[in-house]
Amino acid sequence: MAEIDPITPPPPKQRRALLVMKDVSKVFSSGTVALTDMSLTVNGGEFVSLLGPSGCGKSTALRIIAGLGDTTSGTIDWPSSRINSKGLPDGDISFVFQEPTLMPWATVFGNVYLPLKLRGISKAAARADILAALDSVGLKDFVDAYPRELSGGMKMRVSIARALVTKPRLLLMDEPFAALDEITRQKLNDDVLRLWRETGITVIFVTHSVFESAYLSNRIIVMKARPGRVHDDFPLVTSAERGLQYRTSEEYRATCDKVSRSLIEAIGFPLADGMELH
Amino acid sequence: MSTLTPVSPTPVSRSGPSFASIYGETLLKILVPILVVCTLLVIWQVGVWVSGVPQYILPGPIAIAGALIKDWGTLSPALWVTTKITLMSLGLALLGGVGIAVALVQSKWIEIAFYPITVILQVTPIVAIAPLILIYSPSTQVALLICAFLVAFFPILSNMVQGLKSVDHNLLNLFDLYGASRWQTLLYLKLPASLPYFMTGLRIGGGLALIAAVVAEFAAGSAGAGSGLAFRLLEAQFRLNIPRLFAALFLLSCLGVVIFAITSFISWLALHRWHESSLKREN
Repeated sequence: MAEIDPITPPPPKQRRALLVMKDVSKVFSSGTVALTDMSLTVNGGEFVSLLGPSGCGKSTALRIIAGLGDTTSGTIDWPSSRINSKGLPDGDISFVFQEPTLMPWATVFGNVYLPLKLRGISKAAARADILAALDSVGLKDFVDAYPRELSGGMKMRVSIARALVTKPRLLLMDEPFAALDEITRQKLNDDVLRLWRETGITVIFVTHSVFESAYLSNRIIVMKARPGRVHDDFPLVTSAERGLQYRTSEEYRATCDKVSRSLIEAIGFPLADGMELH
Repeated sequence: MSTLTPVSPTPVSRSGPSFASIYGETLLKILVPILVVCTLLVIWQVGVWVSGVPQYILPGPIAIAGALIKDWGTLSPALWVTTKITLMSLGLALLGGVGIAVALVQSKWIEIAFYPITVILQVTPIVAIAPLILIYSPSTQVALLICAFLVAFFPILSNMVQGLKSVDHNLLNLFDLYGASRWQTLLYLKLPASLPYFMTGLRIGGGLALIAAVVAEFAAGSAGAGSGLAFRLLEAQFRLNIPRLFAALFLLSCLGVVIFAITSFISWLALHRWHESSLKREN
């Protein structure tokens, strides 16, 4: 689980482990065991999906990685980052929530400016970075719009631009497109893939969609519920560029099939021989 | 896979309805109520003429207007006093309400400790403590100010506490994630997020400050040069100068309307770009 995956070697400069979780457990104050002994090493440049049924602790794991909430036991290490006083890599993490989580009283510009504003960077100095981030998600023309004027997909793009504006090394995404319609979701999936390729950022993507994880990731971690734990961890390689062609290819179908089987094992459904997966 | 729902990606209208249609509707919105009020005034005047009710029981609008002009020298200083007390108490209530709300939400224990006191202050009828306040304050004016403050303060406080507590948890997480300080979280997140609640408190508090300023003056029974409209109202009643009583009443409701208009306008200014309450629904 912890080895560097030999099939999809990441670019050489990013081969060092970015994040090392060791035996991380989380028990909520209610006594619910959200996560038991999760160990995970994420290398620079990977696109990792955490896939599993609800209650498997995938969102909890993501929040713990982000430093939102403590671990009950276990350690999280950032071997290649500068650590700040909170034990988090300094400015290296960004988070995209399930909802766009925008400030309704601020314009698109103001929302994307937020992380830089909190660091004390002036608006003038931040302007170029903000416009570049908005440009990368195709929202350059909506700088002065308010969130209520945008569609759900556009709000999510603003949220992604805000996450990217700090130029983080690790992007954490918590079921970011679950509330969007299929077409918008596919488009945003392609955008995220493009940004991932262009920036070399590392992504940890929480989802409960087999198809989404199979499309996006180059590594899938299937999780099991009650208590939350890792069930399976395998790399994904594709020969073709991921895009419209790939979505209808036999290769993608086979990948989905493989991921589905693993997920069904994790959920614990008995699957009779010859039964089809949907 | 789930069904595909075709949705156009970016249907965004940023221009709103045309100027002419807004203008026309606004004009109607102003004209219709004015017409209704004028009609009622005419009915009132005609009723007084026809029935021959004596002026010391029910004066007509013309007599009231006459009293307003004739007694302007007495009424205008009183109007100024009442306006001053109302606005000053509202200002103090805003400062106090917001300040204490911010302090209350800083820690659970501060809130547990002090919230009951603010509730007791609120539920105690202000007229009942007015005599006490009168004893302890250096002058009647200060007593009136304190009464009006106590009444206006609470809705602002409770709305503000509610607003500061109803900040989106994900946004709070986001601020944590980016290492925002307490001060930054308050300034950039909690205060803007509670703006709609503050505006509700402001509108309620503005109305209540005027009511309290009048009620407190009734209770205080102040007299002489420095008195407000409430005293002039009582005085006119004692002298059976009913047109002047109506004139004082008219000025009080004018003041109330102006305060309401100003607070509503401030609220609109602050919220119309982003808050649902200030948006026109179009389906």
